[in-house]
Amino acid sequence: MRGGAELKKGTRKLMSPYAVWALLFTVVPLAMVVYFAFTTAQGSFTFDNITEIGTYAKTYGVSIWLGLLATIICLLLGYPLAYIISKFKGMSQRTLVMLIMLPQWMNFLLRTYAWMTILEGNGLLNTLLGKIGLGPYEMINTRGAIILGMVYNFLPFMVLPIYSALSKMDHRITEAAQDLGANSFNVFRRITLPLSLPGIISGITMVFVPAVSSFVISQLLGGGKEMLIGDIIEMFFVGNVPDYNVGSALSLVLMILMVVCMTVMNHFDNSEETGGLTV
Amino acid sequence: MKKVFDRIYVALILLFMYVPIFVMIVFSFNDSKSRSVWQGFSLRWYEALFNDQSIMDSLWLSVLVAVLSAAFSTVLGTLAAIGLRAFTKRTQQFVMTVNNIPMVNPEIVTGIAMMLMFVVIFRSTGLLQPGFATLLIAHITFCTPYVMLSVLPKLRQMNPHLYEAAQDLGCPPVKAFFKVVLPEIMPGIITGALMAFTLSLDDFVISYFTSGSSAQTLPLVIYSMTKKRINPKVNALSSIMFIAVLVLLVIINLREMREEAKNKGVKAKG
Repeated sequence: MRGGAELKKGTRKLMSPYAVWALLFTVVPLAMVVYFAFTTAQGSFTFDNITEIGTYAKTYGVSIWLGLLATIICLLLGYPLAYIISKFKGMSQRTLVMLIMLPQWMNFLLRTYAWMTILEGNGLLNTLLGKIGLGPYEMINTRGAIILGMVYNFLPFMVLPIYSALSKMDHRITEAAQDLGANSFNVFRRITLPLSLPGIISGITMVFVPAVSSFVISQLLGGGKEMLIGDIIEMFFVGNVPDYNVGSALSLVLMILMVVCMTVMNHFDNSEETGGLTV
Repeated sequence: MKKVFDRIYVALILLFMYVPIFVMIVFSFNDSKSRSVWQGFSLRWYEALFNDQSIMDSLWLSVLVAVLSAAFSTVLGTLAAIGLRAFTKRTQQFVMTVNNIPMVNPEIVTGIAMMLMFVVIFRSTGLLQPGFATLLIAHITFCTPYVMLSVLPKLRQMNPHLYEAAQDLGCPPVKAFFKVVLPEIMPGIITGALMAFTLSLDDFVISYFTSGSSAQTLPLVIYSMTKKRINPKVNALSSIMFIAVLVLLVIINLREMREEAKNKGVKAKG
């Protein structure tokens, strides 16, 4: 017999290249963000960058609000869709899932650009509406267009996790409930919904985080009129007057907000799950 | 009746998802700069696309970066996944937390964080000027976590005694790894590599902050094109990419289905 400890030691070494890599290129960069957030351009300690964030409170508010609306719309559109797809049989279910995923494989800039051409002042939609004597309406460069872009780009992120939770569900449970006399609304509320909750939770985080931190969608569909927090951060790093320190402070706060939001969501998930088991 | 309603609902959502893509494909054949009025069939935008040297260069750069970062991150991630299993539970959890950072962090934060580090390194040592090298490092960094995540479940499913048995029977460790462990976890490695390749090929946000002006990948060029507004070349490019992805996915799915059918046949016989 070969020594188990020796084997283990040898195996552990395989981890080291990635450990070094992750330390250098994941952990250190984040430490840099923290360092820049609390220093001046000359490198001395300061809280000024953090207090400067107050100026952008409204931008954070707008970003979170639009992200929230997009997430809610994705959930309202996506849940029924995932539910219906999970009811389809074999081949057609598979095809539908593929159809939902397919646009995701096309670069999101191209997808957003496609909406630009549809919503523009002299774009396709206004041209068509003009033919029946309506409009032209101002559709692009509005908040509505930004939310549309977010929903369009992130809807599959909501549908797929919910679908996967629903398709893993044991259908005997719902059948049992029906046999015991529960009507379809109660079956849904007491069984299907709680069992699909993990999918809903990961769907919400997967839509909310990229929606709040997006910066291209607002530029292309919002026409730069509505600055989101991602746009401000971008401006501080690659704009004409870069300020890495304030930019880092803004990024740090964005990151913390997202971590808090995810922790809250996960907590909600766990407590519901154990609650479901005890009932 | 309810079934009809379900079908209409699915159809409406699919319409919402595909109308922009079809509009784009149709207007890529339009014989005018207009993106709303049809003025006859033409291939001029495709011709313009293939004659645009900067787009063609960026396409090759994107593919090169995607191949290299997929290769690197697959090796790095697979080795790490194998090594990770030899550590205590707590260490494993810690590593997975760090591994998750690039996946859950807002992309823009990952992008600016790496940009900051590259800038600091460049200012103090003159090394790693933003360009191809920084782009590749960034891509490997955000691809490896996905490789880890797709290899780990395969390792968990594997019988741990197989590797030991091979060694007890006199197989040297390295050979035992290639003969026993690798074939077992191969599906996970392939999935990971494919994911890394597509993630890298598609990435815009992180590349935007880490590439510098010398290394413009395709998404970066697309971004600068969309900023100039009217440019039907973008439509032609999107159509080609959409069709390419569609064909690829259909092939993959058909293969998978055939394999599944084969497996079912074997099971039925056994």
